[in-house]
Amino acid sequence: MKIDFPHRQFAHCESGVTANLLNYHGFPCSEALVFGIGGGLFFAHVPFVKINFLPLTTFRIGPGSIFTKATRRLGIEVVKEKFRDPVAAEKKLDHLLEAGRPVGAQTGVFWLPFFPPAYRFHFNGHNLVVIGKEGDDYLISDPIFEETVRCPAADLRKARFAKGALAPKGKIYSIEKMPSQYDLPQAVTAGIKEVCRGMLKTPVPLAGVRGIRLLARRMSKWPDKLGEKQTILYLGHVIRMQEEIGTGGGGFRFLYAAFLEEAAGVLENDRLLELSQHCTEIGDLWRDFALLASRVCKGRVAIQDSFDGLAQLLNRCADEEEVLFNALWMAIKR
Amino acid sequence: MKQEDVPQQFGLNAGQKEVNYAVDSAGHYTLEQSAGWEVKTIALRQAWEAIVEQLQREITAIKAGRKSPLAYHMVKNQMDSALLSQYSGIARWRVKRHLKPAVFTRLKENALISYAELFGISIDQLCHVPEQSDLELAIEEDETDTL
Repeated sequence: MKIDFPHRQFAHCESGVTANLLNYHGFPCSEALVFGIGGGLFFAHVPFVKINFLPLTTFRIGPGSIFTKATRRLGIEVVKEKFRDPVAAEKKLDHLLEAGRPVGAQTGVFWLPFFPPAYRFHFNGHNLVVIGKEGDDYLISDPIFEETVRCPAADLRKARFAKGALAPKGKIYSIEKMPSQYDLPQAVTAGIKEVCRGMLKTPVPLAGVRGIRLLARRMSKWPDKLGEKQTILYLGHVIRMQEEIGTGGGGFRFLYAAFLEEAAGVLENDRLLELSQHCTEIGDLWRDFALLASRVCKGRVAIQDSFDGLAQLLNRCADEEEVLFNALWMAIKR
Repeated sequence: MKQEDVPQQFGLNAGQKEVNYAVDSAGHYTLEQSAGWEVKTIALRQAWEAIVEQLQREITAIKAGRKSPLAYHMVKNQMDSALLSQYSGIARWRVKRHLKPAVFTRLKENALISYAELFGISIDQLCHVPEQSDLELAIEEDETDTL
């Protein structure tokens, strides 16, 4: 049994899943639009929270938030459920599929056999859509892949009940009811406001542009404090968070620039087109940072000299983002 | 990033292409597939190399009788005692004890089974460690080097 589900490949799992689900339920939209409405863009550097023994650096808002906020802002009714018992979780999934409903699921990446082996880490914030079952295999639309994939039921069960940070606990979600009309401009505005607040007005110095500056300050101390080997691992981790599958490049900045371009049309506000270009330039800066960082990792440039350059690039990213989000705030306030 | 600048270099995606967002010649955003970017490949490969290095350290420690074979399989599956405890349902203090060779050799079969099932290996494999790390990775070296 397979639901006729139009699969589209996107950059990021959660916004891709949400866009594909909305598309299926009769609301054609791009990944960028969903990402923007859901307020997906963010930055935080939290040195005392360790992921795989490396400090947490993130370019996006926490898992689950894009789907929740995008659907809420569009007035879409959703159902979400978590489970304790894997058997019950599988029964419920099968039951929904029987009823012809595509089901979004949060999973870990480590246990998914269709993932490229090099990407299989213990990361539990992945999202995909289950669109059918044939024998003991589930049919899955995973937006970061070109085609739909198959996954044995036993592996999906392990992935849905992955343990550790962000444990999905078998979480599934689906769309219950679409509204008869949408207030798209209001949803877009709400999404933009949230991102501006997150980047400029967070009360803690770990998040937003202050977070970027914190990373710049701490990074310049890494070579002395950690030694060469650990420094390179820390730096590689930042590159991976920024560029790994799922960001669309430049730590989601290009994806957000694409959203701003679309938002200019929705809000009939040409100022957003200029800001979209600015956001692209910021994405390019982040790419420059990753390039220099990888040269350090590969030993092409001396560590001590290059860390000033890296910190400078980060501070420039922070300065530019501060200008961008202030301008964005003014542009939508009117 | 311009559409023509989307990197098409060696990637560790096992042939899968991923989507990048880039600006086309008319200045509009478009989705463009990317085969891989050297920068990412370097960062990803180094993360795996760190795991392989740790595996070699575990092998040495096990050979010297300081740790049990469980330590090797735990690291191979990128776990620490906390995560292994959550997955296996065995209390963390017990998992830590099982990392000691003297305790591990006296383990009852049911404990061994729960570890072996979790790692997807046989009990025999669980009780042995290879000479060299047998972590199979798609991290072969590429020829392109443009940095």
